Order: sequence, then C-alpha cells, then structure tokens
Amino acid sequence: MSERLFAMLIYLAAASIMALLFWILADLSYQGWSHLSFDFLIEEPANAGREGGIGPILSSTLLIIAVTLLAALPLGLAVAIWLAEFTRRGDRLGQSVRLSLDVLAGVPSIVFGLFGNAFFCIYLGMGFSILSGGLTLACMILPVLIRTSEAGITAVNDAWRQGASALGMSKSSAIYHILLPAASPAIAAGLILGIGRATAETAALIFTSGYVDRMPESLMDSGRALSVHIYDLSMNVPGGDGAAHASALVLISLVVLLSIVAQGLTDRYLKRRLMV
Amino acid sequence: MNRSILFHWSIDHYLHALLSALALASAFILLLIVAFLLIEAWPVLSGSHWQAFFTDASWYPLEEQFGLLPMLVASLTIMLGAMLIATPLGLASAIFVTFFASGFLLRSYRLLISLLAGMPSVVLGLWGLTVLVPLIASYQPPGASLLAATVVLALMILPTIALAAAAALAAIPDHLMSAAAALGMRRKTQILNVALPAARLGIWSALLMAMARALGETMVVLMVAGNVVQYPHGLFDPVRALTANIALEMGYAMGDHRAGLFASGLMLTLIVLLLAWLATMITARSSSYE
Repeated sequence: MSERLFAMLIYLAAASIMALLFWILADLSYQGWSHLSFDFLIEEPANAGREGGIGPILSSTLLIIAVTLLAALPLGLAVAIWLAEFTRRGDRLGQSVRLSLDVLAGVPSIVFGLFGNAFFCIYLGMGFSILSGGLTLACMILPVLIRTSEAGITAVNDAWRQGASALGMSKSSAIYHILLPAASPAIAAGLILGIGRATAETAALIFTSGYVDRMPESLMDSGRALSVHIYDLSMNVPGGDGAAHASALVLISLVVLLSIVAQGLTDRYLKRRLMV
Repeated sequence: MNRSILFHWSIDHYLHALLSALALASAFILLLIVAFLLIEAWPVLSGSHWQAFFTDASWYPLEEQFGLLPMLVASLTIMLGAMLIATPLGLASAIFVTFFASGFLLRSYRLLISLLAGMPSVVLGLWGLTVLVPLIASYQPPGASLLAATVVLALMILPTIALAAAAALAAIPDHLMSAAAALGMRRKTQILNVALPAARLGIWSALLMAMARALGETMVVLMVAGNVVQYPHGLFDPVRALTANIALEMGYAMGDHRAGLFASGLMLTLIVLLLAWLATMITARSSSYE
C-alpha cells in the first residue's frame, strides 16, 4: 500500500510541475497572443509601450547580445583552449584561473549590474549604452562559456592529439583543425547556455544599457533590452500588461531561436572542418 | 624542413603567450569586480560606519539610516520558504526522471524541465504579478507579498534542484541498485534507503546551489514581493529583499546612499559565494569518494 502511495506522490509531484508550467505558458499565450503581430515586431512603441510595437527594443536586444558574444566568444574560447591544452593537471596558475572563474559564475546578476555601472558606464566613460550593457553581460557569461568549452576540449580522445603530432602538425593547427571541431558539441552547449542567460538577463542591464526606447543609432546609445521592457511595462505602466505578455512571448521565442541558430552555426563552422 | 619546424614552433609559442595573457585577463575580471565594489562602498565601509548596517533600525538612506537587517531577514526568509517548497518537488522530480519515467514521457518531461530552467526570471515575475498576486489579493490584500515571492522563486529554483539531483541519482554506481534489488527490497525502499543516501552529497550540493541562486535573484522578488522595507511578520506582508533594494534605488542614489547600495551588493556577494563554495567543497568530497 505505502509502495503505491509513494509512486502516486512522485507522479503527483511531476504532474503538478508540468501543470504549473503549462499554466504559465497558457497564460502568457492567452494574454499576449492578441497583441502579437508582425507590426508589433517592427513598430516603435507608443504611449509608454501600451500601444505600438517593440521594433527599437528588439534591435537594442540583438545589438546587446551581439556585443556580448563578440567580446565573450573569442576570449572564452581562448581561455578554454589555454586551460585544456596549455596547462598541466594541477598547474598552480591554471587552478587559480579556474577558481576565479568559478567564483565569477556565482556572483549575483544585480552585482554585475553594479559593477558594470561603476566600471563601464562611469570609470570608462561609456555612459548608459548598448556597449556597456553588452560588455557587462560578457563578463557574466564568460565562466559558463569557458568551463563548458574546456570540458569539451579536454574530453577529446588523446589518440587524436598524438595522431596530429605524428603527422607533424603544429599544436596550433591541431587545435584549429582537430580539437575545436571535435569539441564543437560542448562549445555549442556553452554558447547556448550563455546566449540564454544573456537574453534573459534584466537586473544587470537596467543600470548599464538603460531605459531609452528609441531606435539606437550607435553602440554608444542607450538601448532598452526586451527583458527590461517587460519589467518596465508590468511595474511602471498601468495597462501595459497585454504588451508585456506579447513581449514575453517574443523573448521566449528569441531565446529558443538563438539557441537553434547557435547550434546550427557551431555545427556548420566547426564540425564540417573535421569531415573534410 | 628544418625551417618549417622552427616556424611551427614559433607559431605555437606566440599562441601560448597570447592565450596566457587572455587567461590572466579573464581571471582579472573578478579582481576588478571586487575592487570596484570596495572602492564604491568605501565611504560607508571606512571608519565605524559599517556597523550602522546592523545597528540602525531600518533603511532610510535619505536620513542616513542604513539598517540592512530588515531586508536581509526578508531575503533569507523568502529564500528559505522557496527552498521549503522547491526541495520536495525537485527531489520528487529527480526520482521521477531516474526511476519512474521512460520513453516518450521521459523525453517530454526533460524537455519541459529544461524549458522551465531557461525561462527568463522576468517572465516568471510577470506571471506572478498578473496571475498569482491578484489571486492572493482576492484572499488577503495587498497580494504582492512574502508568499507570492516565495512561490514564484520556488518555481525558478525548482529546475536547478531537479536537474542537479537527477544527475546525482544517475551517478550512483549500478551495483548498489542491483544489490538492493537482489535483496528483495521494494522500489520505495530502494529509492529512499539506498539511492537517496548514496547520492546525498550531490543532492546537498544541488540544494546549496539553489540557495545561492535564490538569494541572488532580483527580478522575481522585485516584481512580486511588494518592496516595503520591514521585518516580515506574516506570509501576506509585503517585504523588500536586498537585491530588489539595489535595483529600486540605484537609479537615483548619490553619495553615501550609493555607497550603501554597493556595500549591500558586496555583502550579498559574500553570502552567495559562501554558499557556492560550500557546494564546491561537497562536490569535491563526493568525487573523491568514487
């Protein structure tokens, strides 16, 4: 009897988690769907966001993510390669870099916002801008990018390294032609995690990329990210709920879409090199 | 031949130097963050000002009252409440994934959990604000309260616990479960008395990670907790968490007020890092057992 009760409790818990998630998704779709249209995606917001669309906001969001990735991806891959291929196990320097990255991964996002505001906006004089926001997010996603890629590169079979070395390849070309392509699934996974976090982030952006909802003209302009828009509509704009729900739907779709693109691009540019 | 080997050697040499420099730069970011938090918080940290965080009655920054305790207590209460809800559900979800579900059910359930894990916190906050808060308000106003924050935050950290605990359960050596089955134990006994104890270090580490995430979360508590600075007396009281306070006041804070916000950020970071460090210690111990 208690055996059956236990199984029932487990199924009940799983079912209620699913039900809650469906509730959230259904509510978002129900309240946001009527607001959603192609015009919503390209128009300027009007009446504090209650009417009009999210065109400039979507552009700012994509620009912020682009800055984030342009800064974090090369640096992240470089550090991952260094950790996996140029440090020995138990190497002091390597261990301290790993430790500092693990600590960085635990810093709360609002603290990244404080730091970004003090360092990028004020100390470096970038002001409230897409550049400040993107660089702040880059610091935030760097640890996850590095540690997943590092794990992927380390996991590549040693026989491949030895084979490359036996063929007289330099370490650099072995990394470029063999190790990176072989580690591409892990790199894609890290990239997807990083993009997901960057796109979903709100707290770190409020005081770095700012609130301005005009179309950004350069990276030095302040630009409102989609997540900040949702926050602003729901908290500060009475009657903005419909637009907030529609924006939330767009945000979720954007996270999914960017993940698919990241997966596709990594496959295309890294894996194919291995096959040829 | 010789030249090409030399050339290759030097390319590797340059690459090594470049990568080492970049690695040091990435490690430097953490120092930079700590340094800037300290510099900005220095006006209130220097001298005996810092005691004011714990001795001042409450947070009235414009009157130079910097008591953080009400918000610290609120943050901790919300976090513990969320853990109380999310722990049993998360563990049940991990047991479901590891021992009960299979095939299509398993695949779709995993997909849903990872969808929940990737759900932006501002979207969960929006749901809490437009669905949960009115629901609570219809029972007892004002609705935006400790209870609302606890429930939404629990939803947010649930996947963290579920995924990490499932990984810990999956890592149990096969022979343990085979032996348990060979002894004729029932499935409930196998799970509760063999699997969970065997995975306990991994599960503790999962719980600590979830606690760190819950304390550091800003948007959910900012949107649904009500943001009134006070000690929580009941589930339906509006409260303000430390993270929400930073987000609310950074926009206009000047001088000592701004420094106070940076100091609270520093304190928050230290608490969260302590939890994360404990989680890492536990993980290190569990891998040394194997």
